[in-house]
Amino acid sequence: MNWDWLGRNAGEITSWTLAHLLLAGVPTIVGLVLAIPLGALANRYRWAYPPMVTIAGLLYTIPSIALFVLLPGLLGSSILDPVNVIIALSLYTVALMVRSVADALASVPNDVRQAAIAMGYRPLRRLLTVELPVAIPVIGAGLRVAAVSNVSLVAVAALIGVHQLGSLFTQGEQLDFYTPIIAGIVLCVVIAVLFDAVILTAVRLSTPWRRA
Amino acid sequence: MIGDIWAWLTTASHWDGQDGIWARTWEHLQYTLLAVVIALVIAIPIGALIGHTGKGTALVAGLANALRALPSLGLLVIFALWSLDHLPIGIALQSASIAVLVLLAVPPILTSTYAGVAAVDPATRDAAAGMGMTGRQVLLRVELPIALPLVFSGIRSGYLQSVATATIAAIVSLGGLGRYVIDGLAQQDYPKMAAGALLVALLAIVGDRVLAMIGYLLVSAGLTGRRTLARRPAPAPSEVVMPATT
Repeated sequence: MNWDWLGRNAGEITSWTLAHLLLAGVPTIVGLVLAIPLGALANRYRWAYPPMVTIAGLLYTIPSIALFVLLPGLLGSSILDPVNVIIALSLYTVALMVRSVADALASVPNDVRQAAIAMGYRPLRRLLTVELPVAIPVIGAGLRVAAVSNVSLVAVAALIGVHQLGSLFTQGEQLDFYTPIIAGIVLCVVIAVLFDAVILTAVRLSTPWRRA
Repeated sequence: MIGDIWAWLTTASHWDGQDGIWARTWEHLQYTLLAVVIALVIAIPIGALIGHTGKGTALVAGLANALRALPSLGLLVIFALWSLDHLPIGIALQSASIAVLVLLAVPPILTSTYAGVAAVDPATRDAAAGMGMTGRQVLLRVELPIALPLVFSGIRSGYLQSVATATIAAIVSLGGLGRYVIDGLAQQDYPKMAAGALLVALLAIVGDRVLAMIGYLLVSAGLTGRRTLARRPAPAPSEVVMPATT
């Protein structure tokens, strides 16, 4: 490790770390927010479940680098625009989370649902205040997988010139120099662990009844 | 834009020769299949053993998850630099890329194998043992065949991971379809990049469908419900979704 080099480039590494946090974090949140209504629909209307899971599976099959390259052509955006990365990763997150949300809602005990109906909850309020909270741990487990994948996927975008921690890898490759590569890997793992901890904490705080 | 990509793809000279579409697709498929086969040889015995004995589950699940957090691009570049210093020049970069492909294809196959074997109904296992099967026979003739649908979902995840990672391995001079993406970017030739991306996506989708079909044909008819009369097939354990990290 060449610590001097790290010190001299601290400013750039910091801004790339922030970019990485943003490019991996925003799609995780956007994907979750979009997946909740879609997953609820797939759970409520069973006919909607197979096509949604099929489309989601198909999306997942497309390698990220292919999506990063093809989206600018479809959207008319510049290939260097970080928005391509955000849209691509949001699509992946939705694809993974639709199934997680639908399966999580399906795992809500029927007794709980019946009790809510008997107490006069209408469908929308029942979904928002009873079923979704009970489903949080399962949704959280899916979100952990999506978040950690996103951190790794963002790095690939360095190949098309969107700067974040992945740029340390292309830089190390060009300079034939280990220090930036090791720093990049360590920082990526730190971000993944951070995201994981944030999701675990959020699940724990939002489900106080599970600690009783 | 779509017209430009179409024009690139339908130019006859882009299909022939060492940098032609046929040659690049074949290279890409070779790297991917080699990596998946090596990963199978490593992951299936270990996964089967862990699922059968129930030992080491936490360790393997932890390791597989930790590996997911490692960025594939970083692994590729660091393996490539190391190989240039330590391996004969001619094979260094290819071996390094294949090693990373294997490393990333093992976790989904391993986790789905042990999850599939561990999820076998204990009553089925007891019945097999009650019929006088040895532990080895129970594993090979009962548990693994029942786990096969899940094992195949892992193989498909491993294949997709390999197709994607082989693409970005073009940055460390690997051949395959990733060349079009990387070279196209360097030459500022967007139609070339997009055509490469399209071909990679196609290879991923078609390969995934083919593997799914092979899996369906290999799985016992008693599990899929093919050729069984009136009896409902046993419910399959839900697939282990392992999105690619490349």
